[in-house]
Amino acid sequence: MGIRVSGVSKEFGSFKAVDDVSLDVDSGSLVALLGPSGSGKSTLLRLIAGLEESDAGRIWITGEEATTRSVQDRQVGFVFQHFALFKHRTVRQNVGFGLELRGWKQDAIRRRVDELLELVQLQGFGNRYPSQLSGGQRQRVALARALAVQPRVLLLDEPFSALDAKVRKELRAWLRNLHDEMHVTTVIVTHDQEEAMEVADRIVVMNQGRIEQIGTPAEIYDHPATPFVMSFVGAVNVLPGNGPLAAAASNSGIQGQNTEGQLFIRPHDLDLHLSPQPDSVPAVLRRITHMGREIQAELTLENGEQVIAQLPRERIDYSNLKSGDALHITSRESRTFVPDYSI
Amino acid sequence: MKRQLRSFKQSLGGVKASALVPLIAFIYVGMIIILPALQVVAGALAKGLQPFLDNFQSEELRSAVLLTLRCTLIAVPANTIFGLAAATAIARRQFPGKALMLSVIDLPFSISPVVVGLMLVLLYSPTNGLFGDVVNSLGWKIIFSWPGMALATIMVTFPFMAREVIPLLEEEGWDQEEAARTLGASNWQVFWKVTLPSVRWAVLYGLILTTARALGEFGAVSVVSGNIAGQTQTLPLFVEDAYKQYQTELAYGAALVLGGVAIVSLLLKLLVEQFLGGIKENEPFN
Repeated sequence: MGIRVSGVSKEFGSFKAVDDVSLDVDSGSLVALLGPSGSGKSTLLRLIAGLEESDAGRIWITGEEATTRSVQDRQVGFVFQHFALFKHRTVRQNVGFGLELRGWKQDAIRRRVDELLELVQLQGFGNRYPSQLSGGQRQRVALARALAVQPRVLLLDEPFSALDAKVRKELRAWLRNLHDEMHVTTVIVTHDQEEAMEVADRIVVMNQGRIEQIGTPAEIYDHPATPFVMSFVGAVNVLPGNGPLAAAASNSGIQGQNTEGQLFIRPHDLDLHLSPQPDSVPAVLRRITHMGREIQAELTLENGEQVIAQLPRERIDYSNLKSGDALHITSRESRTFVPDYSI
Repeated sequence: MKRQLRSFKQSLGGVKASALVPLIAFIYVGMIIILPALQVVAGALAKGLQPFLDNFQSEELRSAVLLTLRCTLIAVPANTIFGLAAATAIARRQFPGKALMLSVIDLPFSISPVVVGLMLVLLYSPTNGLFGDVVNSLGWKIIFSWPGMALATIMVTFPFMAREVIPLLEEEGWDQEEAARTLGASNWQVFWKVTLPSVRWAVLYGLILTTARALGEFGAVSVVSGNIAGQTQTLPLFVEDAYKQYQTELAYGAALVLGGVAIVSLLLKLLVEQFLGGIKENEPFN
C-alpha cells in the first residue's frame, strides 16, 4: 500500500477542513484529489506530508505508520502551487538541496542533479536562478527537486494551476508519462476535473471535508454516486423530479420516477428531434450555439423548466433552426437523487 | 484652438513644476543638512589638518571613541539576534499578544530617548531603583557605568532590525521554508539555509541602520552615564562636553569623526538599496 489514511480529521478553529477521511492509495498509482476550493483536498495532502498535524486518525506511508512522524522524517516529495523554489539558489542548488542535507559528496550531487535535469528536460539551465525561468520551467525544477531525494511518495498541490492553459496541458501529459516511467506513488490535488480525468488512475472526489466518491475516471463520470459528484464532474441539468422529462424517463424505462427527488441529466444524454418521438417532451428553442463539432441548444420546457442539450452537429439538421422553434427532447440516460434529510 | 491652448498651458505648467519641485527640495536639503555638515568639516579643519589630528592626542577623546565602539559592539549583535528572533516569531508564528509585541517593538521609535534613559535609572539605580538591591548585592554597577550605557543603546536601537526584516519575511511567505522541511531540513537548517539567505539584504540594511544609530545615540546614554570624562563619555557626549567647555576645535574634531562614520554607513546603505532594487528588477516572471 502506497498511502493509507484512516479516520483522519483536521479542524481550523471551528471549521472542519477534513472530516473523518479514510483512503487507500495503491503503491505505484496516481490518484487525484478533486474538489472545489474549501473541500479539504489540499489539507488532506498536507496532512499526509506532515505539513499539518491531524486532530484524529492515523496515516501510513509505504506500510510504515507516519502519524506522529515529523515532515522531515516522512520522506515525501512535495510540489507546491507557487513552486516554492529557493530564490537565492540556482536551479542546480535547488535540485541538490535535499542531497546536500543528506551529506552527499559534491561529485555525487552533481551527477544526480544532472540526471534529474535531464529527466525534466532542463539541461543547460542549471546555473540560472528561478527568476530567470518561465512558470512551466520553474515547476519542473520543483518536481526535480522533490524527486532528487527519491521520496517514498510524491505529493502535488495544484501544481499546474498557476500556469497558463497551454503550458498546463503540456505539463499534464508530461507528468503522466513521467509517472508511467517512474511508478512512484503520486497524489495530485486539483480543482480541474479535466486535469484529474487526464492524469489519474483513480479520482477521489471531495466535498466539505469528506470523500464523496472514489473511482476510475470512467466510473466517476458514468456512475456518479452522489448528486454532488454528478454536478461537479461534467456539466449537468438539474430538474425537479416531478417534471415532464422525469415522467418521460420513467415511461421509457430508463429509471423509476421519484417525484420527491431531483432529476440529473447530462447535456450529452439529450437528443433533439424536429418531430414528436415516443416518450419525447416538447420544448421551445431559446438559443443555439455552435461549438465546433457540437451544437449547444438552450431550451424551455412547457412547464417553464430550462434545459441545455449538447449534441454532435450531424445528429440534427440545424441549418434552419432559430430561436422560438418547437423541438422534441428525448433522453438516453438520467439519474434521480432523493435529497438526504438524515444530515 | 482652445484645446490646443490649454494643452500648451498644461505642458508649460508641467515643465515649470517639474523643475521647481526638485529645486525646492535641493535648497531645503542644502540649508537643513548639507550646510551645517559642511560647517562641521570647516570648523574641524579651520586651523589645518595637523591641529585636527592633534585632537586625537586627547586621552578623553580616545576613551570616548573606545566606549562608543564598545556600546555599539554590544548593541548591534544583541539586536541582530533578538531582532531576527522577534521578526521570525511575528512573521512566522501565531501566538497570543502578537499585535501587542509588534507595537512594543516600535516603542523606542516613539518614546524620547531621554525617557528611555530614565526608565533604566528607575530600574537599576543603586540608591532608589526597583532592582537596586539586586544590583548592589551582586556587586554590579549598571547606572553611571558602561553596562547601563550599552543597555540604553540596545533599547534605543532595537526596532531597526525587526522592522526591516518583518515586511520581507511576510512578503516571502511560508512556501520556501515548507519546501525545505519536506526535503528533510531541520528547523535550524531551514533558518540558516532558507530564511536568513532570503532576507539577507534586509538584515544587512538593518545592521547598518542599527550601527549608525548606536554610534550616534545621545539622549538615553546621557541620562544613564553620569557623563564622567574619560570614563563614561561616549563620542556624542564628548562632543557636547567639549563644546560646552569652549574647546570648539576638539568638539568639531570629534563631531567630524562621528559624521565620517555616518557618511560611511550612508554610502553602505545606498549600495545595499541599489542591490535590493536590482534584485527586484531581475525578476521578469512573477
